[in-house]
Formats: sequence, C-alpha cells, structure tokens
Amino acid sequence: MHLTGLRPGEVIRLENVSVRYRIPHERIGTFKEYAIRWMQRKVHYESFLALKAVSLSVDSGEVFGLIGRNGAGKSTLLKLVARVLPPTEGRVLVRGQVAPLLEIGAGFHADLTGRENVFLNGSLLGFSYRQMVEKFERIVDFAELWEFIDAPLRTYSSGMIARLGFAVATDTQPDVLIVDEVLGVGDEAFQKKCAERIASFREQGTTILLVSHDMDTVMKMCTRAAHLERGVIRYIGNVQEAVESYRREQTAASGEAEKAIQGTSST
Amino acid sequence: MVYDSAQLATPAIEEARSILRYRALVLQFVRRDLVARYKRSILGVTWTMLNPLATMIILSVVFSQIFKTDHTFPVYIMAGLVAWGFFSQTTSDSMYNLIGGVSLLQRIYMPPTVFAVSAIGNGLINLLISLIPLSLVMLVLGVPIHLSILFLPVSILALAMFSLGVGLLVSTLAVYFRDVTALYQVVLTAWMYLTPIIYPENLLNPRFRFWVSALNPMWPIVHLFRVPLYEGRLPSLAEIWPALAVGLAVLILGWVVFTLRSKEFPYRI
Repeated sequence: MHLTGLRPGEVIRLENVSVRYRIPHERIGTFKEYAIRWMQRKVHYESFLALKAVSLSVDSGEVFGLIGRNGAGKSTLLKLVARVLPPTEGRVLVRGQVAPLLEIGAGFHADLTGRENVFLNGSLLGFSYRQMVEKFERIVDFAELWEFIDAPLRTYSSGMIARLGFAVATDTQPDVLIVDEVLGVGDEAFQKKCAERIASFREQGTTILLVSHDMDTVMKMCTRAAHLERGVIRYIGNVQEAVESYRREQTAASGEAEKAIQGTSST
Repeated sequence: MVYDSAQLATPAIEEARSILRYRALVLQFVRRDLVARYKRSILGVTWTMLNPLATMIILSVVFSQIFKTDHTFPVYIMAGLVAWGFFSQTTSDSMYNLIGGVSLLQRIYMPPTVFAVSAIGNGLINLLISLIPLSLVMLVLGVPIHLSILFLPVSILALAMFSLGVGLLVSTLAVYFRDVTALYQVVLTAWMYLTPIIYPENLLNPRFRFWVSALNPMWPIVHLFRVPLYEGRLPSLAEIWPALAVGLAVLILGWVVFTLRSKEFPYRI
C-alpha cells in the first residue's frame, strides 16, 4: 500500500484513527490477583473506543478548537498529536516540533530551584543542554522571575510556576502548540502577554490546537473547530457552527437528564 | 521532520534512536535525582558515600567474624556489596522512576527507557563514589591496589548491561501489576543470598555451588567485579566472557520486551 505524506502547508493529519482502550472487567491491579484469575481463566477485557474512525486535517497557522463534553475524546486526540499515544487503528501524521503546554507543575520538581527546573523542563521538551543555556535568560525574562530563580520551586505560588512553565514551553516557536485548558495563567497582565505571544506564533505559522470548555475563548481565538461526541466528529469547520452543535448536544443531554429525574420522581 | 505513526521502525531500534536524541533529558534526570535526594540534608551528597560505607563496615565486621577468614575478608565483602548494591538499587529505581513518571509519559512524548537509563546513570555515580571508601579500607587493611584495577570498567560494563536489562524487565511488569515492586524486594533478598556477597565462594558445597554459579547470572558478574580489586589480578577469558555474554543477552531481551510493551504504558495506570 502506498502511503501519501503530508501535502505542503498541512501540519496535522489523522486518517481513520481509532483508539481502543482495553479495560479489564474487574480491575486487576496485582500480580497475585492476575495469577489467580488466569488460572481460573477469568481474565476478561472490555474494550472501549475513545475515538472512532476520526479523520481530520489541520494546516499551518490555523487555530483549531476541539470542543465536546467530558469523555468525548478531546484529550485522547491531543495525545495522538503529541505522539504520546499510538493509534490503535489508522494513521497519524504530524510535521515538526510539538510543544504541549503542560498543566501546572507537571514535570517540575518542588525541591529543585527555578533555574534547575527550567533546564529539566527544557530537556523534557527535547532541547539539548546547550540550547537551554542559550534560552535561559529569555525564559526568565519572560516569566519575570529573576528574583526567585534560585529559590526552590516549593516556595513559588501556583501562578509563578505556571508562568515559568509557559515561558519554557513557548520560548522557541514550536510548529504545533497544544493548549489544553491552561490559558488562565497568572494575573491579567501576564495573561495578556501569553495571548500576545500565541498570536505572534500564529502569525508566523504555528498551528495551535486548543481544547476548552469556555465557548467565548473558542469563538475568540479559533479559526476552525470540531465538535466531538463520544469519539465521533459531529461537526467540523466553522467555529460558530461547531459551538452551536455542541450547545445542541448539551441541551439535549440536559433535557434527557431532566426527563430521567422527572421519571424517577413520578414513580 | 514528520512523525508518521504508520512508518515507525522496529520499536527497539526506534527507542534506541530516541534515547540518543534525548540524552540531555537522561542527564537532567540523573541530576534531578542526585540533587533532590540530598538537597534538604545537612551532609548533602556525602550521604552517597557514608550510607553504603556504614552498611559495608557493619556487614564486613559481622561476617568476617562469622567466617573467620583472613584479615582481608572485609575487602572481599565490600567489593561484593558495591556490585550488588549497584544492581539492586538501579533495578528498583528503574521501576519506581517509571511508575512515578507515567503521568508525565501520558502528557508529553519522551523515550520511556529514559527512566531505566537514568537509574543506571545514577547508579554509576554512586558506584564510583563508593570506590573511594573501598580503596580506603584496602589501604588500611594492607590489601595492595594493583594495576588490574584498570580492568574495572569492563566489569562495570557487564554489571550495567545486566542491571539495565533486568531493570527494564521488572519495570515492564510493574506497570501492569502494582505488587511487583514489593515482590521484587523479596526476590532481591533471596537472590543476594544465592550470590557470594557476604560469604566466601567456596563456602557452598561443590555440587550446590556448581548449579548456583551456572544458573545465577549475578555470580560471574560479581566475580568479575571482585577479581581485579580483591585478588588484584587480571581475570582470565573464561571469567570474562560469561559475565559479558549474560549482560548483553539480558540487556537485549529487556530492551526488546520493554519497547514492544511501552506503547501500551500510557493506557495503563
């Protein structure tokens, strides 16, 4: 079978991608239990499709929004693009360096100083020591943390940690930036700085994948969006339409919930 | 550079390439573990030296009394303990590092062998440091340090390959079953007593010794580590090749098993 690569300008492509999680029927956590179950031939698995034959293509410079309720498959999709998760079926293509904005504190160590954490975090993003030396000053400048850079991270406030994390992840312009609900970083002035940096990346061709439950953010920032529902793309394209599709699903769902509550109360 | 999930090389090879690319991360992990472990202690990194030194002195004194051999016996025990300590520490750390790192592995791409490899890096630093008290004890007891000590890197290579292989195997298991970490400590204890660390090799009766030395891969490895130090001679070829061969074989086995399974790790836990 001949596989075609990405066409020029295309940065992310998913072809018929399915992700299946295999969950043991009863959660088996220990070797002892497993050995007993295995002897009794009682190891059953239930498979759960987090994504079902999803196809999409994102071009350079797009801000692509992913919306959907919890468990719709948004995070799974981000993990595929970040190459953290391999697809069970189908094919994932991504061009260039992917920088995920990690949640506050992920990959940081509380006992190390800010300086040490910058180097640790940079190497997690795949940068060499030399590259980090070169980037260090710019990172601390941006995070505005010179005063505290040699203090252990456990003395930092959560806002300061988030600033440091954002500064490390976005120092060099990545080809793909993954933003998973973490834009509420620091105070208002710093949030503005982050938004400006993201905007300048976009102008220079960085593709941004954004997951958010805040529809205002999605409508303000995204150029295109997809609405995911139970692992299937319900709608892809115009942001306004995607948000409406999502809202319809929500009203339908809350309607069902209401009916269920009325049903139980009437009996 | 395009990532294409459909066109990845064999996992074992892909992983080897990746860990080479991420060598800065290995160094940072080694550094982090070393610094974080001792940061809030008064004596700092000196603990790396004092801790095994204290254990070694206690065990050496006790067991030299029990086995009443010559006065150089503590050196025999210490050399054995350094090698064994490296093995038990690095393989356990591989497990704990991976389990602790899975949440990171679910968020950002990194070669999953980085946890085991950095455990080896950390072990190597500890091993080099513990050679200092070992040579001090040798000086005090009048055991001459011969040039054969220059052979030690080869012994350490065999030890490190074997430890990395075992570390990868047990950490693969530990991802699936939580009790493997506890179980492994029991295995380690039994394994240590089946290896001549604190007792002389010829203490075992010959038939039993034949079988244990043939079936316990740590036997030739510890032996290869001890010969240039304690006996002060270059090991013979017959002593060298079994240690290196078993080290390489277990490393390859561990690497292949781990990388075949590691794609599933983010789905676990």
